[in-house]
Amino acid sequence: MKFSYFPGCSLKGTGRAYEESLLPVLKAVGVEVEELDDWNCCGATAYMAVDEVKACVMASRNLAIAEKAAAHQQLLAPCSACYLVLNKTKHYLHESPAVERVVQKALRQGNLTYSGNVPVRHPLDVLVNDIGLAEVKKRVKRPLKGLKVAPYYGCQIVRPYATFDDQYNPVLMDRLLEAVGCTVVTYPLKTRCCGGSLTGTLPEPGLLCSYILLKEAITRGADVVATVCPLCQFNLDCYRDKMAAKWGDETIPDPADPAARVPIGPRLDIPVVFFTQLIGLAFGLSERELGLQRGFAPLRLPATAAAPAPAAV
Amino acid sequence: MTALSGPPSTATPPPQPPQTPAAVQRSSPAYEPALTLQRTIKYESDRVIGFGRQVMSVPGCEQLQNCIQCGTCSGLCPLSIYMDHTPRQVMELVRSDFKKEVLRSTTIWLCASCYACTVECPKQIRITDIMYELKQRAISEGFYPKRFPIPVLAQEFYKMSHRRGRVTENFLATIMFLKTNVLAAVGMWRLGLNLLTRGRFPLKVEGIKRRDELERMMAVVDKLSIDALAGNGNGGNGSHHGTH
Repeated sequence: MKFSYFPGCSLKGTGRAYEESLLPVLKAVGVEVEELDDWNCCGATAYMAVDEVKACVMASRNLAIAEKAAAHQQLLAPCSACYLVLNKTKHYLHESPAVERVVQKALRQGNLTYSGNVPVRHPLDVLVNDIGLAEVKKRVKRPLKGLKVAPYYGCQIVRPYATFDDQYNPVLMDRLLEAVGCTVVTYPLKTRCCGGSLTGTLPEPGLLCSYILLKEAITRGADVVATVCPLCQFNLDCYRDKMAAKWGDETIPDPADPAARVPIGPRLDIPVVFFTQLIGLAFGLSERELGLQRGFAPLRLPATAAAPAPAAV
Repeated sequence: MTALSGPPSTATPPPQPPQTPAAVQRSSPAYEPALTLQRTIKYESDRVIGFGRQVMSVPGCEQLQNCIQCGTCSGLCPLSIYMDHTPRQVMELVRSDFKKEVLRSTTIWLCASCYACTVECPKQIRITDIMYELKQRAISEGFYPKRFPIPVLAQEFYKMSHRRGRVTENFLATIMFLKTNVLAAVGMWRLGLNLLTRGRFPLKVEGIKRRDELERMMAVVDKLSIDALAGNGNGGNGSHHGTH
């Protein structure tokens, strides 16, 4: 099985641990990927706010390049924003022939044409629906027994289009993580907004969005939050000092003793990782290979999962 | 407790005198309202007739005319508690042609595009897409505070992805802070350092190989949009709306 791979800007920068962990995991299950030739920025949410037609040209250039790579006509987009924008462009061009005409004329400048035939896929979808949980299970060398994970999907892979999972209660990541031995905790906020780019632009509302998500995961007794999106990971991972300064004194029920309450501050160091990093660990890959050292809070595996694996450093 | 009302009555008088001046002190600023009073009711004359129809003619925004003002969007929105007009109010303000109120509102910029409202709207109104449309209009018509970081970020993102074909997030964030709030940039040094030590702060600006190709593509869009405006043809294709 072969895919054109669209990393997107984040996976080459702040979210490079996602790429570092995704590629070996895909390799382990026999998925071949080839980086899309000269791919460009998907346009993301910010571009849409300035010019919709140009945003469509940005996105469709990538789709058209993928079409040219005829041998493997599926595009793999691991970043939620890229995944949404590429799919949204397909919907938009399908609905608005006037915009499609402009886009086609623009693409001709690069000897490209857009037909809308390239499926845009997410790694969660590929791992569960193409490879299958049974195949994933077979590759597990070190089951992550006892590791309690809060599965956080974020917004844009299930909204507005429910392409491969339930829109209200997506479960594919839950199943995958269970397949590699994790315990998935109930996490009702799994599709709530992380604040997006607001954490950088308007910290007051942005950080609150992210903090609510971390707090819920901690209250539910999770050891780690698993994400599928580089922006979600960044927001939940990198602003802990600011959250601790703001809300560190808030108390939550003590998971060890439900009658008591403890301040949340010291517990805000819950690690936030990409789901592929956990799968990679279970496949026996080392923390360094998977980019786990790039997180702001170290992942500590419970004794039941930290079975002596020679590769682990 | 009521039987003991005798003794407390002697205890209550002493705390009362200090209470009154404190209360007056606290509320005293409210008695100087001359400069802050604004009328809260909108006048018919505030409307820019045709604005609502213009927005609703854009592909994807048509359903707005069916809004039943149920407030599902406002209730769901994780950011509505910070907005000056809730999403429900913005929907009605657009439909009723209150252009300035809408384009100046913080609502359109606080929308983080999580699509919760779009998915839940009982009338299938694509509220997120309408917010995008309003953002585009607010930028193209200059309706936002110049140092407000969100539209600045959007435009810098646009410029960078346009010129280089890719976005290098840390450089983008730095530019945004320098243009809006230098002090905030200084406050971010720790985050920058933490990212740097973890290899998450690239020092090289990313770009595509065929930058000229992308440039030519964008030039085509510019040309076609101008032609469409001049020929008064199929306007409202989402780009460069006729400003008014």
